Amino acid sequence: MENLIDIRGVTHAYKTKHGPLPVLDNLDIQVPQGEFCAVVGPSGCGKSTLTRLVAGLMKPDQGEVWLHGEKVTSPRKTVGMAFQNPVMLEWRSIIDNVILPLEIVAPSMSKAEKYARAEHLLEMVGLKGFETKRPSELSGGMRQRASLCRAIVHKPDVLIMDEPFGALDNFTREDLWQTMRDLRAAEPFTAVLITHDLRESVFLGDQVIVLSGRPANTQYVLDVDLPADRTIDILYEPKAVDMLHVLRDQIRIAQGRDGEAH
Amino acid sequence: MDFKKILTPILSIVAFLALWEFIVWVNGWPNYVMASPSDLPAAYIRYWHLFLIDSWQTLWRTVAGLAIAIVFGTFLGMVMGFSKTARDALYPLLVGFNAVPKATVVPVLALLFIGAHDFNTVLMAFMISFFPIAVSVGIGLSTLEPEYRDILGALGASKFTIFRKIALPKTLPEFFGALKVSVTLAFIGTNLVEIISPHGKGLGALFLSGQTNGDYPLMFAVLIALAFLGILLYYAVVALEKIFAGWAERQPG
Repeated sequence: MENLIDIRGVTHAYKTKHGPLPVLDNLDIQVPQGEFCAVVGPSGCGKSTLTRLVAGLMKPDQGEVWLHGEKVTSPRKTVGMAFQNPVMLEWRSIIDNVILPLEIVAPSMSKAEKYARAEHLLEMVGLKGFETKRPSELSGGMRQRASLCRAIVHKPDVLIMDEPFGALDNFTREDLWQTMRDLRAAEPFTAVLITHDLRESVFLGDQVIVLSGRPANTQYVLDVDLPADRTIDILYEPKAVDMLHVLRDQIRIAQGRDGEAH
Repeated sequence: MDFKKILTPILSIVAFLALWEFIVWVNGWPNYVMASPSDLPAAYIRYWHLFLIDSWQTLWRTVAGLAIAIVFGTFLGMVMGFSKTARDALYPLLVGFNAVPKATVVPVLALLFIGAHDFNTVLMAFMISFFPIAVSVGIGLSTLEPEYRDILGALGASKFTIFRKIALPKTLPEFFGALKVSVTLAFIGTNLVEIISPHGKGLGALFLSGQTNGDYPLMFAVLIALAFLGILLYYAVVALEKIFAGWAERQPG
């Protein structure tokens, strides 16, 4: 299978007052087309740097990022992004927020077509009837749903998410996992999800990559061998629980606390 | 509801005038010490044509200066908002420029552009009022969260597109906040030149003629007319703000 996302030997350091701060060290990640890749790791290990590299917003010091068989050197129109902050533009209605990428990517598309596409997505995430509302009139979870719609409205081949559910309460978060699962079934994107929630990574991921502490490299890759139509209940079954244990141990190692835990 | 919204400020103005009248009456001040509101109608009736002409003079030059301040201030704010080097280079200059008492600049201008009274007045209104606009636009742009840039930047949108679709509208509330300050500053600039420079025009010159002739009710009448114009222009800005940045106003509760 073709690897849609191919990160090869990426090393990156930030310049700081106290000299270079290495964040990524010879990182390799491969994500086949259509797969969902969850990336977990200790906080501050360079996960967000990874999203900016894949999006082409930054260039790595060494190594290469390839998307769709093309080397990434600048931003591409075929990428969608979602962040922990839903980044809703307050002066636009919800539907006008969702069509924003289309104004850049498909300027020739008619307004009616843009709205039709956005309405379809908003209905899928349960926001039918909220199209003309202002973002401030919606709850945090609803804003994040709209933000996901905006991230995929232009049918990107890669969806990059940087802890999109991180600021939500647990129940809302689980609701959004299921929304994400349904979106995936309906839309053909390949996804990278940065998270620090192991249950989230197992519920949504086809593979879970554990990054080591800073500077990060790939410490462990877990193949999530669960059916595609998962429900939250699956997280309480032995197979998933075992995976969570494995991931928990890997995080402990990544944090460098192998000794103190035992 | 709307009725109450209009009535409240009117009542407060009436109360203010009543208090003023009362204080003058209690102290028994003659009108060459302190005019009272009841002296003013006579002044307005006597000089109504001068008030009309001079108010117009003051108003158009203030608005012209303000318009230039908006264009220049926004441009300067953009430059400072996008480039840290420009910010470091321009801030000390701007602060220094703003700290210079503008009254001292009037004679300089009068010498530089002799006889160009309209030009000098507009220039002063502009010079005194662009600073808040430049600072607020600059801060609005430089504090734009990176995610706001990234949602369009990740699609390869140009800097100008990001500015037009995101940074500019997001900065509008701060811009209008600054504009409200600039409106009153621009009036001060206009009047400064009108009063200080010889052969001035506008309400400032009318004030000066009241002073020369010892016509105190006229001087106070000019001050009230100035206040009225200030309020008028301020609410014009509020109306524009409602149209362009009304989204920033949260519903109470």
